[in-house]
Amino acid sequence: MSTPTLDIQDLELGFKGYTGFTQVLHGISLSVNPGERVALVGESGSGKSVTARIVLGLLQELRTAKISGSVRFEGRELDQMPRRERHALRGKAMSMIFQDPTSSLNPVFRIGEQFHDVLRRGDAKITRADALSRAAAILAEVSVRDADRVLNAFPFQLSGGLNQRVMIAMALANEPALLIADEPGTALDVTVQAQTLHLMRKLVEEHHTAVLFISHNLGVVREFADRVYVIYKGRIVEQGPTRAVFEAPRHPYTRALMAAVPRLTGGGIPDIDEDSPDFAAPLEIHQDGGQS
Amino acid sequence: MTTPILELENVSKTFGTGADEVHAAQSISFGVTKGECLAIVGESGSGKSTIANMILGIYPPTSGEIRLNGTVLPTRRQLEHRRAIQLVQQNPLSSLNPKRSIGASLRLALDVHDIGAKGERADRVGALLEEVGLPANFARRAPAALSGGQRQRVAIARALACQSQVVVLDEPTSALDVLVQARVLKLLNQLRETRDLTFVFITHDLSVVRNIATRIAVFEKGRMVELGDTQTLFTNPTHPYTRRLISAVPVVTDEEAALRNSLAAGLEETNE
Repeated sequence: MSTPTLDIQDLELGFKGYTGFTQVLHGISLSVNPGERVALVGESGSGKSVTARIVLGLLQELRTAKISGSVRFEGRELDQMPRRERHALRGKAMSMIFQDPTSSLNPVFRIGEQFHDVLRRGDAKITRADALSRAAAILAEVSVRDADRVLNAFPFQLSGGLNQRVMIAMALANEPALLIADEPGTALDVTVQAQTLHLMRKLVEEHHTAVLFISHNLGVVREFADRVYVIYKGRIVEQGPTRAVFEAPRHPYTRALMAAVPRLTGGGIPDIDEDSPDFAAPLEIHQDGGQS
Repeated sequence: MTTPILELENVSKTFGTGADEVHAAQSISFGVTKGECLAIVGESGSGKSTIANMILGIYPPTSGEIRLNGTVLPTRRQLEHRRAIQLVQQNPLSSLNPKRSIGASLRLALDVHDIGAKGERADRVGALLEEVGLPANFARRAPAALSGGQRQRVAIARALACQSQVVVLDEPTSALDVLVQARVLKLLNQLRETRDLTFVFITHDLSVVRNIATRIAVFEKGRMVELGDTQTLFTNPTHPYTRRLISAVPVVTDEEAALRNSLAAGLEETNE
């Protein structure tokens, strides 16, 4: 198999704080192959968002963060890359979609200007007119019909759903090899969320983009991802193809998580523990389904 | 059917005037029977929170009547009204005073509504905490020293403190993790039974509603488009908006996906 787009091995992270050292990630390993949609699912505080931040290189800037392990992007060790090269990757070869679209867009610039900035990362000499027409073309791909109005608007003039589509279009504008999506759509209404996911899925399929999808919503993960990693308290507890993990979860934590989701078909609220010593059981790996 | 404990008749609410007029609620009528859990579901802007605020008396309806036990609620909010209908909000961190201990927050509710003899109020606080599954010594802690689920339990205890008949729950579990959510929902169900409480459960999460509500009112853009018992609404929804809402829910099992797809059939694709 070809080199994975993203390959994380034995990643550990800890923070120095007032009360001493807190270990957040206890050696996690995961990989995303080209064109593959991989979900990292877990509860708040499990370490899913910090993982994304390390991949982007945002946490390395923090002096209190202690990171060890290896993060490879298209076969190259990120830590050994010169700062400039690493900086050049962001927004071009890898990009990110955040949870709340309205607050992650700059409120004082029009969407068109922000698109121009993003496209300039891919092609420094792109003219404003070219950038706007590129932007309109990408917006059309996410079913934004009146691209002119949107490009002329400020983020607060657009609905949450529309902003989210703008974010998706921006993130994919430079045809990145890897897209990191941190809880996309969580802040949106269900019907809008369903639509956004549908569009995102279509787009990454067409552009053959690898996606690391971070979410706490199991239903969304089931609909979007090819493969799933379940993370609990800084450890991956189960991994495998989405179908296998959802149909036959093996790890006690994954089982509890699945059982806790209220079912649309009814059946009442299950009786499960919030925490259990069983959740510390070792990693379960589902082997089938095209894994290297 | 018995007389409803809470009744809305032709309730409307309009904000702003002239061109800025927003019809947040338009001739809403429904009754809530004692002991039931009526869910109000809808997306943002549907008017579900407007209804909750009017029931709580935070602002009066523009027209129409809200009756509690047959008496029309006055336009100015009064102590008995506050005592009879309590609220549990979405985010317990912002609804609990961060500087006040848990015990003091609960004690305040007892003091304001003058419940029980002064000397025994401390014991009541402990009993309330135990009722929601927390140790009595949590009374000394600050909200910041509690987890999200524990804080929400405190918020529930505070709503129980003044022995209200109706509790309005505004997205009580949407800020919680799924394992914690299950425990809190379980607690709510249990309290509804033991205390014979009436719930008005406001949420956008249909999977939660399916498992906790006895009846469901679906809201869209200020109008109530469908009202029915939970079973019927999920197996045979009549309004297209209800179908659309249910078929957009992300699910975890094939069984649920089948239900969703059967409801989506017949709806024209609105995505493209």
